[in-house]
Amino acid sequence: MSPQTTPIADTAQDLELSERILAPDGTRVANDRLDPFVTDVDAAQLRALHRDMVILRRIDAEGVALQRQGQLGLWAPCQGQEATQIGTARALDPQDYVFPSYRETGVIYARGAQPGDYVRMWRGEEGAAYDPAALRVAPLQIIIGAQTLHAVGYALGIQHEKASEVAVTYFGDGATSQGDVNEAMIFAASYQAPVVFVCQNNHWAISEPVAVQSQYPIAGRAPGFGIPSLRVDGNDVLACLAAMRWALDHARSGKGPAYIEAVTYRMGPHTTADDPTRYRDEAELESWRRRDPITRLEAYLRATGDLTEEHLAETQAAADAVAKEMRATCLGMVTRPPLAVFDGVYAEPHTGLERQRDEYAAYLASFEGEA
Amino acid sequence: MTELTLGKALGAGLRQAMRDDEKVVLLGEDIGKLGGVFRITDGLLDEFGAARVIDTPLAESGIVGTAVGLAFRGYRPVVEIQFDGFVYPAFDQIVSQVAKLHYRTQGRVKMPITIRIPWAGGIGAAEHHSESPEAYFAHTAGLRVVAVSNPEDAYRSLRQAIASDDPVVFFEPKRLYHHKGEVDLEAPLADAPPMGLARVVRSGTDVTVLTYGAMVSTALQAAEAAEDEGVALEVIDLRSLSPVDYDSIAASVRKTGRVVVAHEASREAGLAAEVIASVTELCFEYLESPPLRVTGHDVPYPPAKLEKYHLPDLDRILDAVDRVMDRPHSLTGADA
Repeated sequence: MSPQTTPIADTAQDLELSERILAPDGTRVANDRLDPFVTDVDAAQLRALHRDMVILRRIDAEGVALQRQGQLGLWAPCQGQEATQIGTARALDPQDYVFPSYRETGVIYARGAQPGDYVRMWRGEEGAAYDPAALRVAPLQIIIGAQTLHAVGYALGIQHEKASEVAVTYFGDGATSQGDVNEAMIFAASYQAPVVFVCQNNHWAISEPVAVQSQYPIAGRAPGFGIPSLRVDGNDVLACLAAMRWALDHARSGKGPAYIEAVTYRMGPHTTADDPTRYRDEAELESWRRRDPITRLEAYLRATGDLTEEHLAETQAAADAVAKEMRATCLGMVTRPPLAVFDGVYAEPHTGLERQRDEYAAYLASFEGEA
Repeated sequence: MTELTLGKALGAGLRQAMRDDEKVVLLGEDIGKLGGVFRITDGLLDEFGAARVIDTPLAESGIVGTAVGLAFRGYRPVVEIQFDGFVYPAFDQIVSQVAKLHYRTQGRVKMPITIRIPWAGGIGAAEHHSESPEAYFAHTAGLRVVAVSNPEDAYRSLRQAIASDDPVVFFEPKRLYHHKGEVDLEAPLADAPPMGLARVVRSGTDVTVLTYGAMVSTALQAAEAAEDEGVALEVIDLRSLSPVDYDSIAASVRKTGRVVVAHEASREAGLAAEVIASVTELCFEYLESPPLRVTGHDVPYPPAKLEKYHLPDLDRILDAVDRVMDRPHSLTGADA
């Protein structure tokens, strides 16, 4: 079965008009499109998804705290987007390769990030936060939408080798205005590349509401490119898991690209340098608090009797432990020596840069012996 | 040795690179059945198939961004930008991604991408078809920049660029595409001079003329004309614009003491300015006169009927030679 786009003209009610399995109050609703993809998900798996989201929120809070304490230069919070990131990322196979933007803390968590991986880039120690080959995640991308093309190119390689992997790219609603994202959709469709586009519509591109980017539901654009799409409630982790399984199945089985718009909300600022009180209402924020992805799943699990005290306690302890290790790793980071600024520009010797490096080394050496 | 045009030599270089390494794939507009608008990729689709010679949608950022993804997967993409003036839509992917990913990841992700650009003027083309954007790329850390001037160099340098683990912006002087020269198709690549070295194409003792691309031919014509007047020009083909081979340049300048740098690109903040600044730092005490630039004017590339007034020709080079040698020249009257 292959869900098709849900055309929607009313962006004010977009979340209510997205595909979902769990309603905001935690009641389960039948969904003919999504249910077949999650028939295997039992209470233990739901608790694991809950655990992931709680840990992610704790990591995110620790990131904000570390920035406020001067330990990080910047942090891009993902609070509110836990279901989107965990639900979609937990659907991936280990060999799939992800091309993220900079807000995908939950995705790299799900791919096995180590505590230092969350902070290394934001602290300014390294250009890339982690080893891409280890997580099978490309470096966090700051240029809006640029990574979508990389995913398509990677997918062409998969296709060329007749491999069964899928390339996945994450981006936001703001990115959908970029030429690169539109070009990526064209290239993906032209070559029927095994790539999945995951648009996290979190409603805000810094201060610009999604209506500035699109006057039509974003998922509705994809069919115009020849790409089937699904608009899913991004605060329903089960729906996100199901939608991503659909998209991955589609791409993996040689049917070409698939597109998901996960309708969610950025509860925090764009980054720690942003002040959202200047551009959005508390009332809007409050309405999205009532759609919180974690409390929604908790309500469902509580109703089915599967939210045990033991699970809650273990989850909280695990979250605290990760945050503690993240903080300790962050504070323990040792900045590389001065000449490291020259490292890794080129793979092979470059005489011009070597000359500059030698001159700077001599300059630094001229201070030796001074005290 | 085989006599080939520069265009055919490039095609032979691509063919050999694709035979040598199955990870080499080509992307570009019209490079498949058509063989490219300049026919550089002629015949490659038949030999290697559509999975390795990929006709792309008309989106330059998309072409380069897709090449980045292929490089992530371990491929060596060779991208054809159809004309020099069409590279700007890809500028962000080249400058922000291709150039920086190796540094960003401390070498964990390599970007062995070659970006071929049919380049520069002199063919009476429409607007945006005669640009010389090389300084933008030479200014960008993480890129190597190569400009070829003859069939032999085109054949070897292109294979070296493709084999390099670094990204290379590869400029092909389109007005020389049909110029012929001898190419040794059998010589091992390992025996060729490294990609980053300049080449003395004509020895001389009076003035060092530094140039690259199609202007090498112009400089050689100027050297022949100067010889008639008893002036010996040493013409150096820079070949590599990043890095620039200052060892070879300095050796020449220490011998001649006089320098002229010529390029088609406009003057302000151009490569000639950078080369002269470095020559001055390295060889100041050897200089007999201020080094001079002979360049395109600081104007947008002009309409075809006017391009002969924009492109440096041998007389403008000779005039600069007269100036650095303190002989009578075009400004002598104005100076007096």
